[in-house]
Amino acid sequence: MNGKDAAVPDSHDDRAAASDRLLASVLREESARIVAALTGWLGSLDLAEESVAEAIEEAVREWRARGVPPNPGGWLTQAARHNALDRIRREKRYREKLALLSEPETVAPEHRASDPDERLPLLFGCCHPALPPAAQLALTLRAICGLTTAQIARATLTPESTVAQRIVRAKRKIGATGIPLRIPEGAERAERLDIVLAVVSVMYSEAHLVAGGDAAADRDLADDAIWLARVVAHALPREAEAQGLLALLLFHRAREGARAVDGELVLLADQDRTRWDRPLIAEAQYVLERAAMLRRPGRWQLHAAIAACHADAQDGDSTDWLQVLTLYDMLLAYDKSPIVRLNRAVALAEIDGPQIALDEVDALRQFLTGYHLWHAVRARMLRGIGRDDEAMAEDLRALELTANEAERRLLAARVGR
Amino acid sequence: MKYVIMFTSTPELDAAVSPEHAEQVYRRVYEWFGAHADQITDSGAELQPVTTATTVTHGGGAPVVTDGPFSEAKEVIGGFSVLDVADLDAAIAIVKTWPMLELPGNSVEIRPMVVDYSHMEQ
Repeated sequence: MNGKDAAVPDSHDDRAAASDRLLASVLREESARIVAALTGWLGSLDLAEESVAEAIEEAVREWRARGVPPNPGGWLTQAARHNALDRIRREKRYREKLALLSEPETVAPEHRASDPDERLPLLFGCCHPALPPAAQLALTLRAICGLTTAQIARATLTPESTVAQRIVRAKRKIGATGIPLRIPEGAERAERLDIVLAVVSVMYSEAHLVAGGDAAADRDLADDAIWLARVVAHALPREAEAQGLLALLLFHRAREGARAVDGELVLLADQDRTRWDRPLIAEAQYVLERAAMLRRPGRWQLHAAIAACHADAQDGDSTDWLQVLTLYDMLLAYDKSPIVRLNRAVALAEIDGPQIALDEVDALRQFLTGYHLWHAVRARMLRGIGRDDEAMAEDLRALELTANEAERRLLAARVGR
Repeated sequence: MKYVIMFTSTPELDAAVSPEHAEQVYRRVYEWFGAHADQITDSGAELQPVTTATTVTHGGGAPVVTDGPFSEAKEVIGGFSVLDVADLDAAIAIVKTWPMLELPGNSVEIRPMVVDYSHMEQ
């Protein structure tokens, strides 16, 4: 677990940020285990999660001022149990539960590496397809990663009341409809794992939006996403796609330092590749190779393989575009989404020229006409065949559609504004 | 847990299915009820076509009677059954094998049944 996202303060000047990072790393290690244990004890995910969430809010306040206690897991467990009992006494509907509760173990059991990870069944429950995607993400961030509702709201640019409501509804639905907290077996496994991996991937891309924007969130969702990708990959070592997603996120993370310079976005082709994190790329390559040895290809491994092609190139011009295009063609067998086809069109332009790529981009108009990058890619293709005026109009449209400040400045620089 | 499963379809798409194909699917529907007899605690009912529906709606003075289903949606309910299984995943696994799902416009809604009325007792 001690990769780049380890919670080590960089310097004394960085103390406030480091302490937020330290809090984040402690809370995400403890949160899901305590929610899982308390759900077993109380027989209600709703009550357990609410009590842990409250304990985390207390911890964030306390620990920020006084530092992290020597046994943070024990502290949180005690606080969460106290909150749960408090709620049970207050709320009539929980009263009959009180009589059924046995005294739980006061000391959290030691985690051994060989133990099955009790967080995984909870994670599969949070990412159940019967819950709407936005709720899957919010509930995972709170129950598994230990974010507070306010942190989720800031990190996902969503009003706090909306986040709170999504979480409450999702938990009620889990309880009322009998959504099991369990790792699915057999044929269901791959399908359900894909949803979990999609949630982790969205977590990472949401972080991207925030990091690229001007909002300073006190939790970097990218750290949480990579942490969670590691947890899943480690708990399910035979699942090639879980390894594939981890590799993909590591490749992206490795490029982060070159992607935004002084708050300005830099396109992949223009990035200073000496700023890429080489040890992280090596780890990503290792994880991807291990995934390939399982001989069960899938979309996350293919996405990672495409990222690996970019990582292998010394500079933008030496990118092996034929390999990239081949991988996109393979990816289409798993994922025909318009976004994948749009990205493939960029590689297609490098091999078959901008006119053929433009035809493909135009075929996606009905799906992506509200998406700023569709217009940005179309502008690039138009410019490639000398239709500069139309290209300018597309760049302006992309600019209008961009909510993110850093992306807006990048596009504005292109149209000369 | 007990779940009511509601079978819905889209009449205009149903009309496009050939009689031979429809008959073949129906045969598998019977087999489906047989295969899951242990989990189906109430086989429920199959409904007459939606053209037979009559709806009584809240009205200003007195309830109003009209022709047609309660909702203007294209999909209509064709029947329902009751499942008793361990959890939602078990219900989903059974429902996924519902033979009509191979026909476009068909869906099955799964809703947990209220079985505990203890909160109504004082």
